[in-house]
Amino acid sequence: MGKGIFTVKNLIKLAAVIAVYLIIMTVMEGNFATRHFKSLLVPIGINIILAVSLNITTGFLGELSLGHAGFMAIGAYSGALFTIFAENHTGIPNSLAFLIGIIIGGIVAALFGVVIGIPVLRLKGDYLAIVTLAFGEIVRSIVNFLSVTGGARGLSGIPRYTNYKWTYAFVIITIVLLANFVKSRYGRVISSIRDNSIAAESIGIKVSNYKIMAFVIAAFFAGVAGVLFGHNLSILKPGNFDYNKSIEILVIVVLGGMGSIPGSVISAIILTLLPEFLRGASNYRMLLYSLALILIMLFNSSEIRQRLEDSGKFPKLPKLPKLKARAR
Amino acid sequence: MESIIEQFINGLRSGSIYALIALGYTMVYGIAKMINFAHGDIIMVGAYVLYVSITDLKMPVIPAVLFTIIVCAILGIVIEKVAYKPLRKAPPLAVLITAIGVSYLLQSVALLIFTANPITFKSIINLDTIKIGGITIPGITIVTLVVTSVCMIALTLFINKTKAGSAMRAVSEDKAAAQLMGINVNRTISLTFAIGSALAAVAGIMFICQFQSIKPTLGALPGIKAFVAAVLGGIGSVPGAMLGGILLGVIESLSKAYLSTELSDAIVFGVLVIVLLVKPSGLLGKNRIEKV
Repeated sequence: MGKGIFTVKNLIKLAAVIAVYLIIMTVMEGNFATRHFKSLLVPIGINIILAVSLNITTGFLGELSLGHAGFMAIGAYSGALFTIFAENHTGIPNSLAFLIGIIIGGIVAALFGVVIGIPVLRLKGDYLAIVTLAFGEIVRSIVNFLSVTGGARGLSGIPRYTNYKWTYAFVIITIVLLANFVKSRYGRVISSIRDNSIAAESIGIKVSNYKIMAFVIAAFFAGVAGVLFGHNLSILKPGNFDYNKSIEILVIVVLGGMGSIPGSVISAIILTLLPEFLRGASNYRMLLYSLALILIMLFNSSEIRQRLEDSGKFPKLPKLPKLKARAR
Repeated sequence: MESIIEQFINGLRSGSIYALIALGYTMVYGIAKMINFAHGDIIMVGAYVLYVSITDLKMPVIPAVLFTIIVCAILGIVIEKVAYKPLRKAPPLAVLITAIGVSYLLQSVALLIFTANPITFKSIINLDTIKIGGITIPGITIVTLVVTSVCMIALTLFINKTKAGSAMRAVSEDKAAAQLMGINVNRTISLTFAIGSALAAVAGIMFICQFQSIKPTLGALPGIKAFVAAVLGGIGSVPGAMLGGILLGVIESLSKAYLSTELSDAIVFGVLVIVLLVKPSGLLGKNRIEKV
């Protein structure tokens, strides 16, 4: 590792970030793209944040989380409630209110991440996946029930603060923070839990603390994505955050490669754009997704992949938790 | 008082359907050590097959029901052979994701064939409502309770008394040792998937006779709830699945009637979370000790 943060590598990355921003800006401000295409940039960014954050729990920690949409919902509603309040009752400038709303959304979602983290202390694998699924459904039905959130009719009148600049900024912040996190000491600990939790525990790592940490971090960014989502649509409905949404994010992560942040980014871009190019075949979208999921999983555990890996043509897969020996 | 008893009986009805579905989850988990997420969608396939065989193929009721059960059983075997068998040695996460993929595949195929519009389906069970004292019990409830009890008793006898049943128990205890004893593991796993899917088909038939409407996502929510029931009772345990299913149905029905319709899902899933926190292996599940 170089000294300081001003290494050549980082400067190149910074230049790339600015270049991408300039490209996006010319596309958005200029007349090259249709309105429809422009309206897709924000959803792409939101999906990138969601996918990269889910990758922390699923790819790096190795626990399947089926409740990511639940965290997104919590962030979206708490952030939106704050900005609506701020717009009507206080004189906070819009962009400051939005920033605070985003932070509130992230923090509230992270607090619920701690709540979901408690079962993590006792459960693992399949059972934990089901608890996260249950969590997502509980959030959805409570949001449906409460009057503050507008119930099934939805929460409307959310100021439309989200634009491509905000989204881009938070996408970059998320990627930079999480990419550094997984490379840090803590991130390596989390990967070691994925590879062998018993070995990790036996060298003195508090497995449950680190698992909660991963869940909380993922929840925080899901909450941030939720706030951006709410302020883009200006109306939130509980149906936006059902089990299917969680699965959609999971599909992005799996197709991009579990444990790979660039993979998540690329696959989020492709999977958000693809349905738009396949408008005529929108019924086939889910069919393609599901087939892709099955085929990738079959391919990854097939002998062909093994042979390609051995010959060096394919990157080695990160190891997922193996089926533990069960005592009888 | 009467209304409480009526709600309780309603709960028993939906609970026994959940129990039938949960049996499929729990048997497959016991033997293949995987969550078959596509199990809920077998219910949906069963519903559509019954609809097609009665409306389009003009089959009489009983052959149509048998045909539905056989189609679902074969579908269960095919899914296992194509999607799950190559992943026997793969990590559970990969298998789980594949299962989710299969579930979506079934749903989207149904969506392409039958479109998303719900199809109304006239119940094939025509039994009059019965009144005992002040309590009214719809005929469909009685049929459901009878059919599910018969299925559960038959399954229990099958698992405990027959040779194939002992083979299933042996494979779920220890696959390698069972193989050394001359048990055909592959055939036993296929049999398990066939039985589980057949039970799901029965549950699907009961389900659409009750709600009389078919759509591609019909199996998703009952599937998830039945899975919750299986975990609640202790996944891998057959009596646990029955107990969990019935408990879940009763809790759901009572909370819908006396607390809040919107919150009933939250209550059901909340119960699951609490049970898992107190007893992570479920109500009747065995504790597993992890050895290094």
